[in-house]
Amino acid sequence: MALRFDENDVKKLEEIRAKYPNNQACTLPFLHYAQDKFGYVSMDVIKLVAQTLNLPVAHVLSVATFYTMYNKKPVGKYHLQVCTNISCSLLGARRLVDKLQELLGIKPGETTEDGMFTLTEVECLGSCGTAPVIQVNDKYFENLDEKKVEELIESLRKGELDV
Amino acid sequence: MSEIVLFKHLIDPEVRNIENYIKLGGYEGLKKAFTMQPDDIIEEVKRSNLRGRGGAGFPTGLKWSFMPKGEGQKYFVCNADEGEPGTFKDRYIMSENPHQLIEGMVIGGYAMGATVGYIYIRGEFEFVAKILQKAIDEAYEKGFLGKNILNSGFDFDLYVHLGAGAYVCGEETGLINSLEGKPGQPRLKPPFPAQYGVFGKPTTVNNVETIACVPDIIKKGADWFLSIGPEKNNGTKIYAVSGHVNNPGVFELPMGTPLREIIYEHAGGIVGGKKLKAVIPGGSSAPVLGPEHLDIPMDFDSLKKVGSMLGSGAIIVMSEDTCMVEAFTRLAKFYAHESCGQCTPCREGTAWLYKILKRIEDREGKKGDIDLILDICGKIMGRTICPLGDAAVMCIKPAVERFRDEFEYHIEHKKCMVENKIPIF
Ligand SMILES: Cc1cc2nc3c(=O)[nH]c(=O)nc-3n(C[C@H](O)[C@H](O)[C@H](O)COP(=O)(O)O)c2cc1C
Ligand code: SF4
Ligand code: FES
Repeated sequence: MALRFDENDVKKLEEIRAKYPNNQACTLPFLHYAQDKFGYVSMDVIKLVAQTLNLPVAHVLSVATFYTMYNKKPVGKYHLQVCTNISCSLLGARRLVDKLQELLGIKPGETTEDGMFTLTEVECLGSCGTAPVIQVNDKYFENLDEKKVEELIESLRKGELDV
Repeated sequence: MSEIVLFKHLIDPEVRNIENYIKLGGYEGLKKAFTMQPDDIIEEVKRSNLRGRGGAGFPTGLKWSFMPKGEGQKYFVCNADEGEPGTFKDRYIMSENPHQLIEGMVIGGYAMGATVGYIYIRGEFEFVAKILQKAIDEAYEKGFLGKNILNSGFDFDLYVHLGAGAYVCGEETGLINSLEGKPGQPRLKPPFPAQYGVFGKPTTVNNVETIACVPDIIKKGADWFLSIGPEKNNGTKIYAVSGHVNNPGVFELPMGTPLREIIYEHAGGIVGGKKLKAVIPGGSSAPVLGPEHLDIPMDFDSLKKVGSMLGSGAIIVMSEDTCMVEAFTRLAKFYAHESCGQCTPCREGTAWLYKILKRIEDREGKKGDIDLILDICGKIMGRTICPLGDAAVMCIKPAVERFRDEFEYHIEHKKCMVENKIPIF
């Protein structure tokens, strides 16, 4: 079935549209919105956004592929993004990545078979003073160590955290 | 005790609420601005010596004066991309004291005749964007945003725009392209944004911290700002300290505070009482310094004199347990990853630098690799559309030169010079 935006989506998208002088400027916010709704930015999502904004598909595709935050393939329920840039690495980001690989049985770039977790290594998250940092969906978890990471995964598995 | 301007939440933790912000004298700068002519505001900002806090230290008043006079749509854009590794200061202004930024945006808009503002914030900071949006809604309700603000006849709308994960969008023309809904690839200058900016209209781009300095400059006058910090480097500065210190964090101090005081007093000294080995003073792109530089005043001109730069004021501290080869290979990886690919020297050069460094790090370095690195650096510098290529060179080249013996040791002995090193890879 072809993807579509429902009435409520259209209302929200119109609110976004009102902030800009033209349709093209809505490309990033519409892609964000579509990713929230559909989980990831598939080719169908790209086509839908292009159609909604009356823009060439090639344009929306070029934007979707330029930026790292648009997921081109499905991600798990919890997307674990570990910062491995300098300040986080100085304080043990490597150990966190190793710990997560051990806990989840996957490598960076992969998703667990049950679709619960995706593990990604990312660049600086702008949170270096509270390093090391992991972003889980929209939330930051800071000042982490291996023990805290273990607890974090535990709570996520139990569905105790709102992220 | 130094003055607290940007971090008013240290005085009142609830200052993100508009009522409390007003109680602390908030929006008085805006009220005063409306009693002044727009040109007089620009003059006052010029006189204050406020210099951009986003990296380059360009005089803010001068930048504002480049905006054309007269009618026609103009834009004021706030750069809240905060992508430079080591930098985490703007997020605290926005999340804890958002009205300071909003007030600065309206004053800047009025001074430059811009009636629409965008705050371009990195996508990962969605939680910050929500706080900011709430503050914007409050400001609209109280009549500090929208039509005919405080009966001044001036209209100003302010929107938050989320990025989507690309460091190069922090570069102002990359940011403009991104705001227009395109890939964030930087533009060749000229034309400068003041002539041809976002949506083809005159635009000024300033950093969050820069803009947040403006309300107090207008309220208290330029002389007050000039009374803080060394000549031509005035005002307070947020130093963001990370890495091997006991008390990492953000500290608002007078511009020109010595590096030693920031690291050893405010940030609590080096973890485990270890020796300091290297310090990057202004975000990852600032040339690395050593312990002999601890008495340098942290300001634009003093750092320039020792061949580095203040950049974003983000201080990354590395103790004796850090392997410089690993640390700078990691940073090289970052630049290679973030190159937007438009310029051959940057695209190929950063990738090549990373490749050579990684092989040295992997104990497979070859004789001559160091000279090759320095040669490649020379071929990138100054030959690209935007300063990202230069930034990569300014990060890597001084590190390889300063710590050449460590890189050579890796190549010759196929092992690391540092015992008990902290693994980065
Ligand atoms: C690769 C690159 C990334 C940058 N990232 C940022 C950033 O995240 N935030 C910022 O304010 N300035 C950043 N800048 C500097 C901007 O291009 C611009 O100089 C700055 O926003 C101007 O603001 P100011 O005059 O208030 O300093 C970056 C520059 C380059 C070359
Ligand atoms: S210097 Fe690098 S990042 Fe900047 S425009 Fe050229 S390729 Fe893109
Ligand atoms: S280095 Fe990890 S948040 Fe900046």
